[in-house]
Amino acid sequence: MIRVLLLALATLLALPATAQDKLPPAPYAYRQLADPAQEAKAHALMQTLRCLQCQGQSIADSDAPIAGDMRHQVRARIEAGEEPEAIRQQLIESYGDYVSYAPVVNKLTWPLFAIPVLLLVVIALVLRRRLTARSA
Amino acid sequence: MIAEFGLAALWLAAALAALQLLAGVLGLTARGAELGQIVRPLAVVQGVLTLLSFLALMVLFWQTDLSVKLVAMNSHSAKPLLYKLAGTWGNHEGSMLLWVMVMGLAGSFVALVERRLPEPTMLATLAGQAFVSLGFYAFLLFSSNPFERLNPAAPEGQGLNPLLQDPGLAFHPPTLYIGYVGLSVAFSFAIGALVTREVGPAFARAMRPWVLGSWIFLTLGIVAGSYWAYYELGWGGWWFWDPVENASLMPWLAATALLHSVSVLAARNALRAWTVMLGVVAFSMSMVGTFLVRSGILTSVHAFAVDPERGSFILALLLINIGGALALFGLRAGTVTEGERFALTSREGALVFNNVLLSATLGIVLLGTLYPLLAEALGAQVSVGPPYFNPMSAVFVVPMLVVMGIGPLLRWRRDSLARVRWSVIVPLALMLLTGAAFALKGVAVLPVLGMALAAGLVVASLLPLRGRKLRQVKLPLWGMVVAHFGVAVALFGMACDSAYTTEKLVALREGETVAVGPWQIDLVAIEPVAGPNWTALQATLSARYDGGSAVKLQPQARSFWTPPQQTSESALETRWNGQLYAVLGERAEDGRWQLRLWWKPFVTLIWYGGVLIALGGLLALLGRVASDLRRFIARDKIAYRKSRQGR
Repeated sequence: MIRVLLLALATLLALPATAQDKLPPAPYAYRQLADPAQEAKAHALMQTLRCLQCQGQSIADSDAPIAGDMRHQVRARIEAGEEPEAIRQQLIESYGDYVSYAPVVNKLTWPLFAIPVLLLVVIALVLRRRLTARSA
Repeated sequence: MIAEFGLAALWLAAALAALQLLAGVLGLTARGAELGQIVRPLAVVQGVLTLLSFLALMVLFWQTDLSVKLVAMNSHSAKPLLYKLAGTWGNHEGSMLLWVMVMGLAGSFVALVERRLPEPTMLATLAGQAFVSLGFYAFLLFSSNPFERLNPAAPEGQGLNPLLQDPGLAFHPPTLYIGYVGLSVAFSFAIGALVTREVGPAFARAMRPWVLGSWIFLTLGIVAGSYWAYYELGWGGWWFWDPVENASLMPWLAATALLHSVSVLAARNALRAWTVMLGVVAFSMSMVGTFLVRSGILTSVHAFAVDPERGSFILALLLINIGGALALFGLRAGTVTEGERFALTSREGALVFNNVLLSATLGIVLLGTLYPLLAEALGAQVSVGPPYFNPMSAVFVVPMLVVMGIGPLLRWRRDSLARVRWSVIVPLALMLLTGAAFALKGVAVLPVLGMALAAGLVVASLLPLRGRKLRQVKLPLWGMVVAHFGVAVALFGMACDSAYTTEKLVALREGETVAVGPWQIDLVAIEPVAGPNWTALQATLSARYDGGSAVKLQPQARSFWTPPQQTSESALETRWNGQLYAVLGERAEDGRWQLRLWWKPFVTLIWYGGVLIALGGLLALLGRVASDLRRFIARDKIAYRKSRQGR
């Protein structure tokens, strides 16, 4: 019961139990850029960056503190006039390929792109065979 | 006592499944024909036993019997009754028992009602069903026993993950499981037909209601899951290409393809081998999905079991079932003839096109979902997300949707595009105009494609009704029209959401106002509130649409204490033309409150469209079942007359 009261008190004071041991979120974690065009650019980029703490969510969809920090980084650098792809490159350099939801072609990921092309070729061949079989 | 009863029922059901497999196989031989007669009763009793076992577990959760390990680990005496009951399947063991129960009941239902197929095919089908079930019984009994006792009993339970304490939990897993497991019947039918080489229209008609039924439940499960993610995760996203979502999308894609090819087989006796193959693939995708979600290979709210032994067990089951089915297919594929031929420009041709593209989409989703796991096994980390899935799947889905508009207008066997050109000119023009209009406004490529296709399809999907007396249109045709219309509706919602959502992240003091799209929103007050097992801070917002009357929204930031976790409860205000979405964040340094607000025009159409798609499936199912019933009754009457004349 005492725990319950304490917790209620904590919530009353608006100090969630987990909030005490962490720093306040960076300014741009929960604030948008003033220029709508820049914000749109930043948002598009954030949707393709992976939250390193949670599973399967982009930093644009996450409450995790690290996602907030990364949103701040992205917004601040877009505001400073950097290009989204340059920011992505920089983030990949510091956090690894894992952070980007957009895989690039390299010697590990080429099948990701080769297989869809192969599928298209197979479909075209199958349809062509059917077509010629009909007209013959 | 109840736990022991449940366990005994489960063991007995497993023993009966073994007997069913044995009797089914022997029943196919000349000497064991008599044994075949016990197969149907066995399937029925087995289903009843799994039901009893499941009910026993539910009673244990209802009573919060803390001497049962599973209950102690996943429940709590202070939990609301709904979540105590739904908690039965809110954990690994319980959800696998739910799976086994649905499978057992499906098996008994087939055994009771299916009388169309030749008896040997039925025996092989039920034996196949027993074989697949046995694997899951073994999994449950040897590595995931839900009835394990705890000695001494725990003083209090550890509670249920707060994210799962949502009415959605009561419906989402059972719905999806009925869909997943219903496909096991299609799988067993495919096995049965391969064993006896009876692949034809009768097989297709027997399989069709099961495919339709599973597909309806899968559709609803995905729609509900998507809406749950939308309002519960608190960021306004409705599809993340998360592996867990893909795990439900893959069987759906396979079932959608199967649904269309089974219709071709039933109506035209074509696409035989392909339909059987899809029957195998569809349930295989269900199992792949279960493996991904339940093995602990992915950590998410769905992955209850982070236990490598269980993962290996499911993987072994997967390989045995899929490998066995594919081997059988390989052995028999040569003897299954292709069936009737048809021209490329024909109803069948359009359906083949649809099937090939759906399968290719399935291939993309499977590839993108499994590749990161594969890369991880090789020691590298790769993320595959929306920037990969969206364009890659669009390559296949866009042409498929175009064909979806034209295909239903074509005749069976042979037709020409010239014949239908005047019918499609209106939707085509509408499509191009809409596309051009939005493209000129500077909307991104994919949303423009979505809007254009949606506009064309809304009209095109209704064209099959043109020139018919609406009262005389048969239910399956209505079903197709409604489902295709639903696709157009959902597509429009998706395109609108990605093109026109307005987002506002603000920090406000009580009494301050912010504008989001056409809305004016006041932060009226922040107050503490308490629920049965949580406390929360609740914001009261007063929102006006375009200067109209005020509506109240109350988003909450909740703190649960068993287990301790914070969740945000978003508040939604739904209008005909969209949804206002509000989330309460934390308090900033200066005493202002973080609010996240979205105005999402027509976003609700995504889920209404999804429900329409499922409704279309339901209409088709009702139509098929009704005509089957009529045929049975007619046949019974003839048999009755004959028997009287004979006397």
